[in-house]
Amino acid sequence: MIQGIFQYEFLQNAFLTGILIGFLAPLLGVFIVVRRLSLIADALSHVTLAGIAASLLLEKYFAALSGLNPLYLGMVFSVGGSLFIEKLRGVYKHYQELAIPIILSGGIGLGVIFISLADGFNTDLYSYLFGSVSAVSRTDLWVIFIISIVVVMTIILLYKELFLLSFDEEHAKASGIAAKSIHFIFIIMVALVIAASMRIVGIMLVSSLMTLPVAASIRIAKGFKQTIFLSIIFGEVSVLGGLFASYYLDLAPGGTIVMIAVAILVFTIFYKKLIIKNHVSQGGAAG
Amino acid sequence: MKSQSIIEIKQVSYRYEKDTVLENINLIIPNGSFLAIVGPNGSGKSTLLKLILGLLKPQKGEIRLFGQEMNKFKDWQQIGYVSQKANSFNTGFPATVFEVVSSGLTKKLGLFRFFKKEDSQKVYDALESVGMGKFSHRNIGELSGGQQQRVFIARALVSEPKLLILDEPTVGVDAENVNAFYQMLADLNKKRGITLLLVTHDVGTISDKVTHVACLNKHLHFHGDTHEFEKHQSEGMSEFYGTDVKLISHHHDHGGVFK
Repeated sequence: MIQGIFQYEFLQNAFLTGILIGFLAPLLGVFIVVRRLSLIADALSHVTLAGIAASLLLEKYFAALSGLNPLYLGMVFSVGGSLFIEKLRGVYKHYQELAIPIILSGGIGLGVIFISLADGFNTDLYSYLFGSVSAVSRTDLWVIFIISIVVVMTIILLYKELFLLSFDEEHAKASGIAAKSIHFIFIIMVALVIAASMRIVGIMLVSSLMTLPVAASIRIAKGFKQTIFLSIIFGEVSVLGGLFASYYLDLAPGGTIVMIAVAILVFTIFYKKLIIKNHVSQGGAAG
Repeated sequence: MKSQSIIEIKQVSYRYEKDTVLENINLIIPNGSFLAIVGPNGSGKSTLLKLILGLLKPQKGEIRLFGQEMNKFKDWQQIGYVSQKANSFNTGFPATVFEVVSSGLTKKLGLFRFFKKEDSQKVYDALESVGMGKFSHRNIGELSGGQQQRVFIARALVSEPKLLILDEPTVGVDAENVNAFYQMLADLNKKRGITLLLVTHDVGTISDKVTHVACLNKHLHFHGDTHEFEKHQSEGMSEFYGTDVKLISHHHDHGGVFK
């Protein structure tokens, strides 16, 4: 495969995109998980599906749009969906989690209508649902590269505000932080990264890349920065390991990536148990 | 006249719809004092704090902070606040004590400014002053309720406020540690010269630690310093606590700095 990377452009695209996604998704995922917004990734990925379906539909009927990368409209829908979620969270102040199923089912409903309007699609749609390594184009890579730079810069610049907002929203507001604007910027970044990630792992599996590495690292990390660091390591191991394994074993890459992330998670759970057990038995020996 | 008082409250009343919660409150908190406002649940303690913090506006009366009118006051960095909810945070949150305390500098540093070496020193100093210096690298969720509360006080202290406001700070603190906790606050008041205002319904334990006591139940009754406060034990406390309260009482002449 290493040879293949030098030979085939599509493999290069897939690998470089994978490295970027393996970094971005867990980085944002940490903030999502600690703020108990894990399901937002699911809702937005389904809205992204509607955007992609819309783009494929337009492509079918308007020849002028045939070169349009579905990623763009997917992003537009995802960002739009994130704004809707925020709006709904304001409307249902006491049932904020309601926003997520509303947007999620709305996204699927819209997507299914677009798909049926186009009398079903070619194989493209499958690759968006479950990810496809060969589908990643050079343009995709560049778009995702630009998103990565924007997201990383934003996180670095707003790190202390994002931390405070995640740890103690009330205190953040009371101390005069522009909590609303910062949350808004954050949710737009999430929407962009979800749209960007679906090329590799697919719409159905995007959220796992944002939550599983974080779920694993939160078990064993000391402190917030270490949680971010370990999440990114786990994310990269999952993506790169998944791409290699799927290439050699001829498996679906999206699914393989997710299953490696699950394996890491299971490992950390047992690792923690083992450590606690050791502590206890050592303590017992000493006493 | 240059005012030495940190907070001046003049004839303030507040009601939620028809319910009058606070009526005609007058209070002056001098610089360097340690004032405890005691009162039963629903006596308007939290409302009074919200008024002082500018989160609510009184329908009547005036509040001045550091000699300035409330609506002109901008220097909120001078006031540290530890809310009652501080100890109901997500205890699974993966942050070290150091990270939590340094988040207290967020506003002071400002947007797009990074944390520097001298800021770390401030964090360690704040932790030291609440007796939590050794815990800086522990995860916040591993600590006991009392230790967490100390960490939240350190977070409020790190931006070097002149006034620290605490809303029922001993709620999550084990009974046997409450005394040590108040001693720590008294030390902050004496050694760092921070003016402290706390509301509580812990009537018994605080009286030998604070410098001033006031009782609140819709009306505020100021007792001057604690000696005066203790002299008048068990007179008419039923208005506040029913019958079984030892130690404190109130008298209705609004003397001293209270006018």
